[in-house]
Amino acid sequence: MTAVRALATLLVIATAAVPSAAETVSITLPQDTITLPAGPGADVTQTQCAFCHSLDYITTQPRGPAAQWQGVVTKMLKVYGAPISEETARIIADYLAAHYAR
Amino acid sequence: MTAGDTDRPLSRRAMLWASAAAAAGGLLSPRWPAAFAAEADSLLAGRPLARFPEKTNLIVLTVRPPQLETPAAYFDRAITPNDAFFVRYHIFPIPTSVDLARWRLAIKGEVDRPLALSMDELRTKFPKVSVTAVNQCSGNSRGRFAPRVLGGQWADGAMGNAVWSGVRLVDLLKAAGARSTGVDVTFDGLDRPAFPQVPDFVKSLALSRIMNDPDVLVAYEMNGARLPMLNGFPARLIVPGWFGVYWVKNLSEITVLSAPYDGYWMKTAYRIPDTPCGCVEPGGAPKATVPITSMPVRSFIAAPASGSRVGVGRDIALKGIAFDGGYGIREVLVSDDGGEVWRRAALGADLGPYSFREWSATWKARSAGTVRLMVRAINAIGQSQGTTPLWNPAGYLRNVVEHVDLVVG
Repeated sequence: MTAVRALATLLVIATAAVPSAAETVSITLPQDTITLPAGPGADVTQTQCAFCHSLDYITTQPRGPAAQWQGVVTKMLKVYGAPISEETARIIADYLAAHYAR
Repeated sequence: MTAGDTDRPLSRRAMLWASAAAAAGGLLSPRWPAAFAAEADSLLAGRPLARFPEKTNLIVLTVRPPQLETPAAYFDRAITPNDAFFVRYHIFPIPTSVDLARWRLAIKGEVDRPLALSMDELRTKFPKVSVTAVNQCSGNSRGRFAPRVLGGQWADGAMGNAVWSGVRLVDLLKAAGARSTGVDVTFDGLDRPAFPQVPDFVKSLALSRIMNDPDVLVAYEMNGARLPMLNGFPARLIVPGWFGVYWVKNLSEITVLSAPYDGYWMKTAYRIPDTPCGCVEPGGAPKATVPITSMPVRSFIAAPASGSRVGVGRDIALKGIAFDGGYGIREVLVSDDGGEVWRRAALGADLGPYSFREWSATWKARSAGTVRLMVRAINAIGQSQGTTPLWNPAGYLRNVVEHVDLVVG
């Protein structure tokens, strides 16, 4: 973008309420609640995938070709470094293709 | 999904995770789903609504790391409330407790005076400035791509607009004495990968870009209050006009590098086709890619909600918002005949070029049946929205003319 724009930030004149420097903010997150449907590979898929993320990362995906899941599992291994053996990865990809493809 | 599912025995791995998380900060019994999201939008049908900490009921895309979407009804106004503002994290664990007595913002690398600033120092040593700006996820509306693409299946609620207050990033870099040998500046937050192999979520901006843009802030307030934890407490980067991926939350480290940054989240992820539209033929693959940056023009109708029933011949109030990547919205147009005739809507207050611009119009349905209302915005340099959706494999940059369908009679 090269066009000249007016400065959008404004110097704040009045000071808003300032939280104390001693403030500690804590939250508690809800737990995952999804159980994958039964079938060959369901247990290993549930436990291995859930180590890093909730299983709605699977269930909300569009139902594409079965091969899409091989790509997803490969990405989890090669890009995100999931410590999963090739054999386990194959079981997971097969399970996902059986249950979450069109 | 029902609340009863939470009573099932945890598998061993899940138990390990739960134990680790419990040790780290304790776990509440879940209070969701409280309800389900709007059925009028088939993309959201069956998706749970849940109340996460410091949040009102939001549409749950994913629980861990959390991705929460703002319901469409909130986009009838310029400012999105903090408790309704969308949430999007990339890796887990995310910070769940921050003690301001111990938190520091480090500014290091190619600088003459490395800094570790406390919140008190941020607040007292630097001028406080504010900017009203839209934070929109790169993949907002990805669920509407055809053909469908993998990734977070957002409807249109991965966006929000707030008044962000804090300090200018350029002031911090000058205080630290950023060297002219600096090339890129990286931004890292308190979220951490589950395994060392997982690429930490780090984004970068060119030093030259930052030093010339006084609108880039490190914000410690959102709409006059401290940031909610899930929106980046105690401070986050604000890059007005650019997609939210750069707006690093729970910010802890700013590092000036003497070489271009080539981490995963810049070099591999969040890239668009290197074409004028950022798009390719639907289903195609780009020859080359570049990092996603600024936001195209978008506009939405928030009221009446899609699927609503309205009377014939009655005055109906239409409301919504429009925005772009920082030139500002000049005009919003509405059509009820498939885009043959466009009527000009009234614009609300101008809160600056990076803000949502409210719009409103009065409309009458001429006859019973169903009707599609379309909205389209034009920005200050004449950029607008097309009627054919652009496509790219990652599902970014959607800005097609949007609509609501109403039942008349």
